[in-house]
Amino acid sequence: MEEALLLARVQFGLNIAFHILFPSITIGLAWVLVYFRLRYEATRDAAWLETYRLWVKVFALSFAMGVVTGVTMSFQFGTNWPGYMNKVGNIAGPLLAYEVLTAFFLEGTFLGVMLFGMNRVPGWMHVASAAIVAFGTTVSAFWILALNSWMHTPAGYTIENGALIAGSWWEVIFNPSFPFRFVHMLLASGITAAFLVAGLSAWRLLKAPDDASARGTLRFGAQLAAVLVPLQILAGDQHGLNTLEHQPAKIAAMEALWQTQKGAPLVLFAVPDDDRQTNRFAVELPRGAALILRHSIDGELKGIDAFKDHPPVAPLFFAFRVMVGTGVLMLLLSWGSLFFMKDPPRWLLWAFAGFTFSGWIAVLAGWLTTEIGRQPWLVTGILRTADAVGEAGGATLGASLTAYIGTYTVLLIAYMVTLTHMARK
Amino acid sequence: MNTEWLPLVFAALMGLAILAYVVLDGYDLGVGMLMAGAERAEQDLMVASIGPFWDANETWLVLGIGLLLVAFPAAHGVVLGALYLPVAAMLVGLMLRGVAFELRIKAEGWHRELWNWLFWAGSTLASFAQGLMLGRYITGFAPGFGYWLFAVVVGASLCGGYVLLGATWLILRTEGALQQKAIAWARWGLMWVALGVALVSLATPLTSDTVRHKWFDFPQVFYLMLLPAATLAAGGWLWISLGKSDWKPFAGAVAIYVLAFGGLAYSLFPYVVLDRLTLWQAAAHPSALKFLLAGAAIVLPFILGYTVYVYRLFRGKTKAGVYDH
Repeated sequence: MEEALLLARVQFGLNIAFHILFPSITIGLAWVLVYFRLRYEATRDAAWLETYRLWVKVFALSFAMGVVTGVTMSFQFGTNWPGYMNKVGNIAGPLLAYEVLTAFFLEGTFLGVMLFGMNRVPGWMHVASAAIVAFGTTVSAFWILALNSWMHTPAGYTIENGALIAGSWWEVIFNPSFPFRFVHMLLASGITAAFLVAGLSAWRLLKAPDDASARGTLRFGAQLAAVLVPLQILAGDQHGLNTLEHQPAKIAAMEALWQTQKGAPLVLFAVPDDDRQTNRFAVELPRGAALILRHSIDGELKGIDAFKDHPPVAPLFFAFRVMVGTGVLMLLLSWGSLFFMKDPPRWLLWAFAGFTFSGWIAVLAGWLTTEIGRQPWLVTGILRTADAVGEAGGATLGASLTAYIGTYTVLLIAYMVTLTHMARK
Repeated sequence: MNTEWLPLVFAALMGLAILAYVVLDGYDLGVGMLMAGAERAEQDLMVASIGPFWDANETWLVLGIGLLLVAFPAAHGVVLGALYLPVAAMLVGLMLRGVAFELRIKAEGWHRELWNWLFWAGSTLASFAQGLMLGRYITGFAPGFGYWLFAVVVGASLCGGYVLLGATWLILRTEGALQQKAIAWARWGLMWVALGVALVSLATPLTSDTVRHKWFDFPQVFYLMLLPAATLAAGGWLWISLGKSDWKPFAGAVAIYVLAFGGLAYSLFPYVVLDRLTLWQAAAHPSALKFLLAGAAIVLPFILGYTVYVYRLFRGKTKAGVYDH
């Protein structure tokens, strides 16, 4: 049973982590494409059309990756976590179904018009198709983030015969952490797309320094990032305060705060030791955590010792720092680059090329933080992860896990090779 | 308020979603399998013929499985738990073909050949796995070698069924030499389907008392026999219209699917897992069903509307070179 739980978690975690890579790109990139397409409509400058055509290829490939890995997800809710559906299916199910009905068909159908219909529909209809696809990706994120946030901060339910049913769908959807998580994810996707656009343009400029359209998209990506990254820092701070209110154990683990105390320090670096409940090699900023989280140098913060159920400290502590660290580097690069945009030097191009997929690192680290931070609960206070696992035996899970890992490795390599190949052609 | 009717409505919706999936993704999976018998230029044309549609086609699967999950959660656990490995195989197949579809356009040289091959292999694996799932499902997941052999036969038959759909789709969407090839493929597919449907129709009542009584008890046996008769007529009509009409073969193939699906639905009703779970036993709480029905009633007409719009937009014969992305 222990083994099956671990394998089920590894398999689901791998699938969902692989899946989120692609929506992270497409939600933001879809709106970027609407912008490119509108610029062409407004200026009739063929360079914008070329730009649109190049990036719509990247979009189509990323979208296909998102679809096929998403289909896999829809099956694994049931196959890996039957206890989840038994307990909260009456709430989770309709939210997932609403995503299919209001987003998937819209995206899938109008993507066809967007990709193949340019010569068959009037210009405004083609712009509208791009906008409908972008709207669909955002609606899709809306439902998924509503469900995910509800699992973190459940609200609006009643219990009948041991299972949950919705009392108020409004409260279920707009649960306490939803607005923060939704905004945080949309901004994350915008930033991921911005660095992808800037990064692949930089690859292109390294190969062909005179490519005017690549220069334009590099500047566009860098500027977009320069706007979105500070907004994200603000949104992240607010999201953190919301988590402190509703899931204080997650914050304690993120900050590696073992004891409840006033004026707690900000642990910049440490190796948290779960056995001895202490930090080794700690580098601390006195009163820092109290200042950030309570906005007061004497504010009291609860430590791990205050919670009976708490997530593992070390993975949270490190994942959170990877996310914040990536964000800080993104801020420096996007703002710093603005001074060099007239004639970007090669070192800057290499820096952006290196940051092509930096959004993925921040997104994955962020999701690991929030999802591991909910443990040992699958739905906070309602359902433990260990109680939701299915009957599939270790051998079945092992065989399918091997198949998934093999497929994902091939797909990820093919995806990244194709993108860089397209950028350099 | 009486809510007994809700599971029935959702069973109908789920059935329609699955039927839509089988017909729509069926033709593009079939085209994927037929890639093996085509020349390079023909392959590009074949893929172009399904380009604008395959994405939305696959969404019907997510809707069908989504409705099973949402409306009949108890059955979802039993069905997908029992089908764990075939489902995993199908998903790997669908992933490979979906991504190969995009990558084969962008690749060159042997890479392109590799993605073409993976497109074919993924289509075949997904089709066979779906047939396997169907074969296991209609026997109520009965254990034993004979039942698994039966599932393998259904798997092979569904491949034939998708080949028939794919070939008749190509007759509709192409012309010239490729269309002639498609006519020959359709003949093969139809014979294959006839064998498969006959086997399944004979085996199901033989292995299940429930199904046998539903079909062969008097007096309903007389008017129920209209269904296989109609299927036979649709098959015959398809056969004689091959080479004479562009749209009739596809319509005939769709008719065979609708009839076979109707027969299957009649065999199983009111069970969602044969002899184990009825629709009402497996249904979700009325609060969840009502919330979902409200949304579905508003959204589904729009989905149908813009699906029709896109099929009209891309009607006519597929031309080489319209591939503008």
